[in-house]
Amino acid sequence: MVNASEKIQVKELSVTYDSVPALRSVSFSVLEHEILGIIGPANSGKTTFLRTLNRLSDLNPKLKSSGEVLIDEKDIYKKWNVFQLRKKVGMVFALPSPLPISIFENLAYGPRRDGVRNKTRLSETVERSLKAAFLWDEVKDRLNESAMKLSGGQQQRLCIARTLALEPEVILFDEPCSGLDPISTAMIEDAMRELKKRYTLILVTNNTKQAARVSDRVAFFLMGELVEIDQAQKIFTVPKDKRTEGYVSGRYG
Amino acid sequence: MIRLFKDPKFQEKVVFLFLFLATLIIIVPVVLVIALIVARGSSVLSWEFLTAMPRMGMRAGGIFPAIVGTSYLVAGTLIFALPIGIFSAIYLSEYSRRNALTRLIELAIVNLAGVPSVVYGLFGLGLFVLFLKFGASILAGSLTLGVMVLPVIVTASREALQSVPKTFREVSYSLGATRWQTIRHAVLPHALPGILTGAVLSLSRAAGETAPILFTVAAFYLPRLPKSVFDQAMALPYHLYVLSTQVPNVKLELQYGTALVLVGLVVIANLVAAVIRGYFRVKKQW
Repeated sequence: MVNASEKIQVKELSVTYDSVPALRSVSFSVLEHEILGIIGPANSGKTTFLRTLNRLSDLNPKLKSSGEVLIDEKDIYKKWNVFQLRKKVGMVFALPSPLPISIFENLAYGPRRDGVRNKTRLSETVERSLKAAFLWDEVKDRLNESAMKLSGGQQQRLCIARTLALEPEVILFDEPCSGLDPISTAMIEDAMRELKKRYTLILVTNNTKQAARVSDRVAFFLMGELVEIDQAQKIFTVPKDKRTEGYVSGRYG
Repeated sequence: MIRLFKDPKFQEKVVFLFLFLATLIIIVPVVLVIALIVARGSSVLSWEFLTAMPRMGMRAGGIFPAIVGTSYLVAGTLIFALPIGIFSAIYLSEYSRRNALTRLIELAIVNLAGVPSVVYGLFGLGLFVLFLKFGASILAGSLTLGVMVLPVIVTASREALQSVPKTFREVSYSLGATRWQTIRHAVLPHALPGILTGAVLSLSRAAGETAPILFTVAAFYLPRLPKSVFDQAMALPYHLYVLSTQVPNVKLELQYGTALVLVGLVVIANLVAAVIRGYFRVKKQW
């Protein structure tokens, strides 16, 4: 039984790091056009999970995974070409991570590697992506300046735009606001609410309030296990599991 | 008195002074060496000195063939050693995993860097001059110098590659780039200043060493310039050695003038590299 709106299906996914379990047989689905928040204390496997989805975990030979992850009903290890997968599943890192090149070149990095040479097409992509990440108005006159000159919040929106330039379908956010001030954070959150109309978003965050603000559903991870996944409202008001209740009410974590 | 030494502010001053003096001592020999060479050698510097052939058994005239020879040798060394050194640094830094083989390679590089230069000279004589029958030639000399500077280039390039933040690689991969695309576009451009430093260091060494070229290329005196890579050539360090020990009644100024030219070439190369590095640093910062 496959529900058409299930963008990502995770089936008994286990990951070990140097043979220490990081994820223990996690199973759930991510729905199309939702923001799924993932919360949990440090070392609960949130980031490991995120990095498995776009197979960035492949870079670390110490990480071994078993189980299945299907995106668009195709197994990410068996059916997806890893480079295509990473274009489809974009990622925004915890710390703003612009490359030390111009704003334009940051945006064009993905499309260029994908073989786009046409200047007009690149410019169009850059403009469209910056607009979608609500950064266009602030940078349109200085696209050739170094991206390192932008503020932290601008840099993070640049990273979102850079991901959008590849026309992904899923975007992974790994604690995207951990280094940002409240105003920049609010801007990122606004962008996310807008983006979910076209994309499927997964947001890993240490900030339970942020998860409550933007997520449609929330998953609570603890020690590599998926404790609970439900509507955000329910997780924060009537969680089924005692451990979830303890975490969201701030008793530990 | 003892109380004074326990006073943190006093300690601070003592430590500062101590570290500052230690640093100052580094500058002293450099300044003295350059001052000595300039003071004694600058009087012979002239257009003729730089562009004329030696005359009267090298007791007069210029050192043009030695400048040309050293330039050829440096160019040959870099042509040979730079690509191999950078490629192996890329392999070691980006592709290889840590295993017995890479440890062996690392050990080889460290040992290669510690081999005395005269041993390289003998090695070059045995392999390039005699076995491969290149004869004493610019080719043999360049290859010998190239082998000598390889560890410098590999080590510097590797450190430069590894100092590029891991984030750049992750960002590149996360945007669907392949490994080579990542190295080519997200790593190499940002490692270039460091690689350049390695190249200039090795250039300086190749220009200044005498022992490796002694048996492989250097000529005591040649009446004409080398015409092909299979010709012998004169070289500045060897010419300096010859002037100082093998030719009687040479004006001291001539020796210092030759040294001045040699040091000058190296300093110019270093300056050029510094300017290029500065340009990169302004353009790219992280």
